Amino acid sequence: MSNSREKIISRAVKEIEDGMNVNLGIGMPTLIADRIPETKSVFLHSENGLLGIGPYPVEGEEDGDLINAGKETVTTKKGASFFDNAESFAMIRGGHVDLAILGGMEVSEKGDLANWMIPGKMVKGMGGAMDIVQGARKVVIIMNHVNKHGQSKVRSECELPLTGSQVVDRLITDMAVFDFTENGMVLREILDGSDIETVRQNTEASFTVDESLRKKEGSQ
Amino acid sequence: MSKVSTSFEESVRKIKDGDTLIVGGFGLSGIPENLIQALAEQGTKDLTVVSNNCGVDDWGLGLLLQNRQIKKMIASYVGENKTFESQYLNGELEVELVPQGTLAERIRAGGAGIRGFYTPTGVGTPIAEGKEHKEFDGKTCILEEAIVGDVALVKAWKGDSYGNLIYRYTARNFNPLAAAAGEHTIAEVEEIVEPGELDPNFIHTPSIYVQNILKGDHFEKRIERRTVRQAQ
Repeated sequence: MSNSREKIISRAVKEIEDGMNVNLGIGMPTLIADRIPETKSVFLHSENGLLGIGPYPVEGEEDGDLINAGKETVTTKKGASFFDNAESFAMIRGGHVDLAILGGMEVSEKGDLANWMIPGKMVKGMGGAMDIVQGARKVVIIMNHVNKHGQSKVRSECELPLTGSQVVDRLITDMAVFDFTENGMVLREILDGSDIETVRQNTEASFTVDESLRKKEGSQ
Repeated sequence: MSKVSTSFEESVRKIKDGDTLIVGGFGLSGIPENLIQALAEQGTKDLTVVSNNCGVDDWGLGLLLQNRQIKKMIASYVGENKTFESQYLNGELEVELVPQGTLAERIRAGGAGIRGFYTPTGVGTPIAEGKEHKEFDGKTCILEEAIVGDVALVKAWKGDSYGNLIYRYTARNFNPLAAAAGEHTIAEVEEIVEPGELDPNFIHTPSIYVQNILKGDHFEKRIERRTVRQAQ
């Protein structure tokens, strides 16, 4: 696993608390599942109709009738339940899912998220992302801080078409953790190997720095 | 009155050129694979198909795409299919992308006689353009309309001769919603049992929604992403 991916996942798993019902998006967020400590009792929600995803099956026990939202074969954990898609999204829109951790292409300083289409490329579809960002109690986005050309993905405005407007509660990148509050975007944490100045240089969005972080950095 | 048929070929005759079809399944899981194959053989054209995905190139609804039987597709995610991409890019295929939860609720509403509903999903995004906006307690929502089908095709695990259905694991997905939203609903199952054998406490789709039921001789249940772990 790349260094930046490892940093993001190690930080993101700390968002998960004992007793939560959690939806993990397809791709990088799926990798968080394996890192949840066994001391925490967590039900993972899969929007195709399962609450309580278990580990991947051992070879020979895969079943085409039992998959996750990424269409991967899975198992169930004890206490799991199955339901249809209307009920699955009632759980999401109805605010019953405590936390969703999804990938992102761009996040703006207002907490807008773009993660489903790039104009000019074939549109694959949004799947359940637009529902999840509107409905989950807390929406955490994980993504690299800059794209492969070194440009900031943390923008003043999203350029790509939105998945949701003002929906992000927390953003975790390979450099930092930001919260989106009534007073705008706030830098809360700096991840290993970075500092406030580096974060500033790589962030197009305007943000303020959390007081405790300013003190910490000032004391160094 | 028994609703059991034995011929997929006869059952799909109900589907006419230009019909709107609601088809159960998520990815390739829980798709009515025998009904889709019979419909591909029948060659019915100009179909509007409502389903979460559109199969892969050589399986599931992808078979109808290959035959150019689909005029319009209403789905939430269609990324697994090259035929889809080429037909869409050259303008042969009309596409309406709908967020998955909105798609499920539009079908549910269709079956439940609710003509439309307001949802926050999609507000501020391209899918809200041109839709009525309304605020509820400070939360902006958009109006989404119900979907009903001339015919619904569903896949269940077990059914009885009246059409009561039980699904297996996550193969349930859109199937119960589709069953209720079809003017004429055809269910294919792995096993047909006598009335009374299914415990009424555990029926997922009550018989009232199902007009025709058949047992498939063979189910491929193709897996899209085979993921396994090492045995301990």
